[in-house]
Amino acid sequence: MKYGYYPGCSLHSTGAEYDHSLKAVCDSLKIELQEVPGWVCCGTSPAHASSHLLATALPIKNLSFAEEAGLNELVVPCAACFSRFKVSLHEISQDAKLGEEIKEIIGADYQNKVKVTHPLDLLDKVDEKAIKESIKKNLSGMKVVCYYGCLLTRPPKAMHFDDVEYPMSMDRVLEKCGATVLDWSYKTDCCGATFALTETDAVLKLTHKILENAKAVGANAIAVACPLCHANLDTRQTEIEEKYQAQYGIPVLYFSQIMGLAFGLDPKKLGMMKHLVSTEPVLANIH
Amino acid sequence: MTEQISAVQQPVAATQPTDLPTKASAQAGTITPSANLLKQIQKEIGVNANLCYQCRKCSAGCPMSWAMDYTPAQLIHAIRLGLSDLVFSSKTMWMCSSCQTCTTRCPQDVDIAKIMDTCKIMAVKQGIPSPVPSVHKFNKAALRNIKWFGRMYELGLIGDLKMRTFEFFKDAGLGMKMFFKGKLKIFPSISPGRTATTWRIFSRVDKKEKSKEQSANTK
Repeated sequence: MKYGYYPGCSLHSTGAEYDHSLKAVCDSLKIELQEVPGWVCCGTSPAHASSHLLATALPIKNLSFAEEAGLNELVVPCAACFSRFKVSLHEISQDAKLGEEIKEIIGADYQNKVKVTHPLDLLDKVDEKAIKESIKKNLSGMKVVCYYGCLLTRPPKAMHFDDVEYPMSMDRVLEKCGATVLDWSYKTDCCGATFALTETDAVLKLTHKILENAKAVGANAIAVACPLCHANLDTRQTEIEEKYQAQYGIPVLYFSQIMGLAFGLDPKKLGMMKHLVSTEPVLANIH
Repeated sequence: MTEQISAVQQPVAATQPTDLPTKASAQAGTITPSANLLKQIQKEIGVNANLCYQCRKCSAGCPMSWAMDYTPAQLIHAIRLGLSDLVFSSKTMWMCSSCQTCTTRCPQDVDIAKIMDTCKIMAVKQGIPSPVPSVHKFNKAALRNIKWFGRMYELGLIGDLKMRTFEFFKDAGLGMKMFFKGKLKIFPSISPGRTATTWRIFSRVDKKEKSKEQSANTK
């Protein structure tokens, strides 16, 4: 099955390991991803905080690129991009006049033919047998909490993704891959997201709570599906430890990296060495 | 009590040339509700803040309310009262992380997160300085980056932000670590086609918004 693929800016830079591991996993499961030609940034939070029109136009422009390329389903792995795409589609479905304005702005007659999907939705629907057949390694020593963050599920009227307060799709996917998945309380709490570079103290306060709960339930890894959540939990972890006099050392992995490990793919290819918190303890636990 | 009586005897409308109550008049206990601000927001984004019945679920679930001067529920209430300058000079919308918890949980389906965005946009349009300047500067730097490169060029964004905030050493150590892990690209990936795409979208949006503003002013 062939899908359109919109990596977004982060997956080409700070979140490159999400891009590489997701492509490798889809390859193993015979899911073909075709990158949208000519894609541009979705605008992310600076756009929706500055102009309603701009924030809607940028995602729809990318969807029109996908439509022109004959793609009818678009896989969007970055939670922030996924949110902007879904919210923009919701906005134009609610307001026909806005839809017309957007068409003028993007200079294309977008026909609303492209379905936007998150890879977790896609992988959750993959036949369990196909996943089991790909598994080469035993991950049962990996005790993982699944962190979905804000934007995959909220607001539900636009996102239509899993349960809004306690989603389970990532848990199911990783369980099928053999990991031990733990219950916890911070699945959909905010990590401070966009304040990473500006109001850093706020980010440290919020991520501290998330790491505390992960540690309290006995997790030795956190699985994420968003490059911003990853940056805040991984790259800031030493700072959080210093500020709050705590010890975590919990590796933060993209769910696709964990799947790749179960499929026996090369850890280097999955970008396991790109994290700031060492992933060695996780790798040593895989047999 | 006496203050309240004098407030009744001397209504704001008598001393204020505009019908919008101000922060000062609110502090003096003299509030004359005005629907103008609420109507303006409703016209902008179609969200009716009057549906709010102050259950404060939005504020209870807000992960950032501790950093705000007014909770989301208080800001909504101020909008309903028409307290324009309290609303537009507030920190609240600038400290909103857009996590959408408020919008999701509101029993009256008021899109509070969208109101937060609109308050930022309206405040900037009126030239009111943001009480959290770093956030406003970040937004401006990021948008310029997208317009010029078509895609976000992180190192360029960080450089631009530092030129605006003068915090040259903030996160320098972390930046180096990320750089050595291969997480930051030195050069942007430049494509004239992509830049043309974003440049065109940005200018058309700009033009459309200006003409809308003009027609609103002439009415």
